[in-house]
Amino acid sequence: MALPPNVSPTDFNAALAAWRQTVGAEWVFTSDEDIALYRDAYSIFWGEPEERLASGAVAPATLEQVQAVVRIANQHRIPIYPISTGRNLAYGGAAPVYSGSVVLDLKRMNRVLEVNERNAYALVEPGVSYFDLYDHIRKANLDVWIDPPDPGWGSVIGNALDGGGGWTASPFRDHFGSHCGMEVVLANGEVVRTGMGALPHSKSWQHNRWGYGPWVDGLFRQSNFAVVTKMGFYLMPRPEAYMMATVTSQRDEDIVPMLDVLNLLENQHLVNGSTQIFSGPGPPGSNAPMWSIQVPIYGPENVVRAQMDYVKRKFSAIAGVTFIEGELLRTPLSQEALARVRLVNFGIPNLSTFAMLGRGSANPDPAGGHIGFSPIAPRTGESLLEFKRFYSENLSKVSGGENLGIVGPVYMTCWERTLVCLIMFPISRDKAHNAKIRRAFESWVKLAADRGWAEYRAPAAYQDLIAGTYSYNDHALRRLRETIKDAVDPNGILAAGRYGVWPKHLRKT
Amino acid sequence: MTHARMAAPRWALLATLLVALSAAAHAADPAQAATQAKGQAVYEHWCAPCHAPGPGHPGTQSLEFKYRGKLAAVLLERTDLAPQTVAQFVRQGVLLMAPFRKTEITDAQLTALSAYVARNFKSN
Repeated sequence: MALPPNVSPTDFNAALAAWRQTVGAEWVFTSDEDIALYRDAYSIFWGEPEERLASGAVAPATLEQVQAVVRIANQHRIPIYPISTGRNLAYGGAAPVYSGSVVLDLKRMNRVLEVNERNAYALVEPGVSYFDLYDHIRKANLDVWIDPPDPGWGSVIGNALDGGGGWTASPFRDHFGSHCGMEVVLANGEVVRTGMGALPHSKSWQHNRWGYGPWVDGLFRQSNFAVVTKMGFYLMPRPEAYMMATVTSQRDEDIVPMLDVLNLLENQHLVNGSTQIFSGPGPPGSNAPMWSIQVPIYGPENVVRAQMDYVKRKFSAIAGVTFIEGELLRTPLSQEALARVRLVNFGIPNLSTFAMLGRGSANPDPAGGHIGFSPIAPRTGESLLEFKRFYSENLSKVSGGENLGIVGPVYMTCWERTLVCLIMFPISRDKAHNAKIRRAFESWVKLAADRGWAEYRAPAAYQDLIAGTYSYNDHALRRLRETIKDAVDPNGILAAGRYGVWPKHLRKT
Repeated sequence: MTHARMAAPRWALLATLLVALSAAAHAADPAQAATQAKGQAVYEHWCAPCHAPGPGHPGTQSLEFKYRGKLAAVLLERTDLAPQTVAQFVRQGVLLMAPFRKTEITDAQLTALSAYVARNFKSN
């Protein structure tokens, strides 16, 4: 049996016995076979000493069990690592950041506690996946949409806490930004409800996120200050219609005015759908455009048509740009339409994104998983062109002159005013390949940071590296976070190392 | 018209119907039928999003490309998968498919799932 670091067999056995008493023996996992299920299938260190491995797992089903499990961990100084559904692939999966931690597996906490159609919100537990919430809403015949990310099997809470985004309308795509109210368990086992939830007999926990006094919810995003056991989320009332236009240009420099117009339209809330930017050029001799931007709008049919007329007018004012108005789709979609749209744009969770990365004609011999380097840049054409040049100028150098299968950059526009410039790296079970990918990844991080770009989210193995780039005023932000960590988790038992925040006894500096 | 009508595409409903009929045909005795039904529910929740027939299912796409017609790309059409093979893939994963933990698919559910997916298994 593996032991957590700096924990005696006596203490670990005492904790395990107490956890078995709390959650039932079948929900405490210590065998090698069971612990292997908590490995990160997309680990960049697979099979190497640096791979982050659990020493066990414990799976409570209720808030009270979470409290008891955390208190036991705190008593015996056992590092624990909460996961929601454990499907955070490419960002660590179900594996802890700090090797030897016991995974606090919250998948069994899978209740949809409320879906309110009139005020369009849901209250869920961490084990609820996007599939689960969608099914619940569908069976209850409610006229609201969820906002799924690409893979639908992830946790609604987990994705929000990790900083994930989705594909419907702008107020809902920022998953943490669209939450309202949290319930968390502190390292001492105490339960805190945030916002209006702090009011006993509150009637408005999911109606008003701010409550009274300092707002603390942000402390629990990409964090290790508490275990989140409930969260509320705003839902999107089903829009009557959807319409998407495509704006193209053959000239590289046109992306500057194109993004200026796009930003204006988004910031005026006239374009509310999830835009996408595709860069060319296509194969030699093809007429594929240099730039192609998809511009979707949700709303009532006549309003959508009127907004699209305005969108057309604004884009058409750019010389040389082509505006292609798409079909207006009424919801609920027909079966025929469902078969040809991108389902996540209509609030329908699925796993089709894995088709892009899996075995197929474009990728006949996939290595396995992947990780992503996804720095944030300003949403301007100049910035995009600067990143494009940066990528092409450095790709060969960071890859050691080899083709490592790195793909990018993909420009993501999930959040207004923001470009996420994603570069994808294939992961395999071949240690030599992974070592090359690691060198390339680390080089990108350093090169990008020198230019003022850093990631919004990172694989577990690189959370320290990325956190280190946010170093303004000699790492003042890190020190503030450490001060909070020491105050709310003095024994440092919760998710040590997550997003670069380490408890006092494990800090390297 | 409500959002609830935005159900799975028609082919998926047809496939589910065919699968249900197939499961019933294969499970003559009540105990076996119950196991098959339990396994089918696990399959539909955890496996179908990747392995159902038709486009948009990366597991099916991957196997279609791998076998190129020599074996069925849709898992439920396979006759060469023994229950233990199904269980092995679930617990060990393959390529992009990460393993499934016991908090996701319990051992009892895995037994039912394996029996269901392997209900057409023909040993050589």
